[in-house]
Amino acid sequence: MTAGSAPSPEAGSAAYVLAVADDAMVYAQRLGEWLTNAPQIEEDMALANVSLDLLGQARALYARVGELDGSGRGEDDYAMFRDERQWRNVHLVEQERGDFAREMARMLWFASYQHELYAAQLASSDPVVAGVAGKAAKEVRYHLDHARHWVLRLGDGTDESHRRMQAALEWAAPYVDELFDDHAAAVTAVEAGLVARLPSELREAAQGRVEAVVSEATLTMPDPPTWRSRGGRDGIHSRPMGYLLAELQHISRSHPGATW
Amino acid sequence: MTVASKSVAGSAVAQAISQIPDPEVPVVSIADLGILRDVAVDEAQRSIVVTITPTYSGCPAMEAIRDRIEHEAGVHGFAAEVRTQLSPAWTTDWMTESGKEALRRFGIAPPGPAHAAGPVTVRLSRHVVTCPHCGSEDTTEISHFGSTACKALRRCNACREPFDEFKAL
Repeated sequence: MTAGSAPSPEAGSAAYVLAVADDAMVYAQRLGEWLTNAPQIEEDMALANVSLDLLGQARALYARVGELDGSGRGEDDYAMFRDERQWRNVHLVEQERGDFAREMARMLWFASYQHELYAAQLASSDPVVAGVAGKAAKEVRYHLDHARHWVLRLGDGTDESHRRMQAALEWAAPYVDELFDDHAAAVTAVEAGLVARLPSELREAAQGRVEAVVSEATLTMPDPPTWRSRGGRDGIHSRPMGYLLAELQHISRSHPGATW
Repeated sequence: MTVASKSVAGSAVAQAISQIPDPEVPVVSIADLGILRDVAVDEAQRSIVVTITPTYSGCPAMEAIRDRIEHEAGVHGFAAEVRTQLSPAWTTDWMTESGKEALRRFGIAPPGPAHAAGPVTVRLSRHVVTCPHCGSEDTTEISHFGSTACKALRRCNACREPFDEFKAL
């Protein structure tokens, strides 16, 4: 794009799809860290499976971004060869892995958000976005159900699990607003018919799902947080992001062009 | 699935491709699983276009299936182009009855009907899954996510054996 010119509709669409893909890719990376670290082996497998679903969504979307932005770049170019300021994911997904309760709080919010997001993309003007959403919508229902079951178990479990699950909800709260910010690429995407609803219009349904689970789990929704994350959609990230990218990208960058 | 073919050699290669076993569950073919959507054989050009649909977005078996299709086509002297079709999204409802029976004999509980509303609204307590070993309906889910993305892990309360369930999607 040359200075001063408006971005073309295709470039605007590419920026939007990139943000959706980056959320999925970064959260896939974080969830993959649970392998050998989850409280039980079934959970190692479960979180790796959720990670794999998200990775698959990201791969298909990155391939589409390379067509929309006219660069012809492939999935590895986006995942492995972009620097921190070029990533468009929200801060929620890049935060370091905390205890298991934090992961379930994060997954509950993120899956609730994705559930509404992909529903709004089912009739997308872009056939690939619509196709990915059709598959992803089914997968996310399982992610949401998985998070819901754990939040119920931990919230309505022992005093200790209840305390930690409540603390996890408080931890996640400052990162929630950013999911529902109407960033410029999303506004362009709605105008282009790429997605039916703005992020802010997904909030009521997504938050309603979270609130229902929290209530059933004998937990309480946190008070409005005193600060909130922002900047991810513009490539401004928090401290953990650089470390995450270093781990994600170092093999591809150490051995460029390697295949196996 | 539609199989378009113009000659005996063409139908032989189409037949061979439809019989390719799933890499994770080798007792069922990719046709039985509903992964194989279309085979178009061009006898004159010795080329074949095979359309497959992924089960889950990140299913690693898709790469192996693609390789195997190209290999089988090559054995029959055809050049294969493998296309991935995302829409309509794959559903376990496309699995054939013989495929479901093969799963059961292999020790995997076949999927029930996929509900449009999805598993969130379906309470697990009402979700009856029959043990593939002893036939008991008294089974419980251990984990939503089993050895692969498409399976859940369950335990039979009658014979005490653990088993995989192919999840309805």
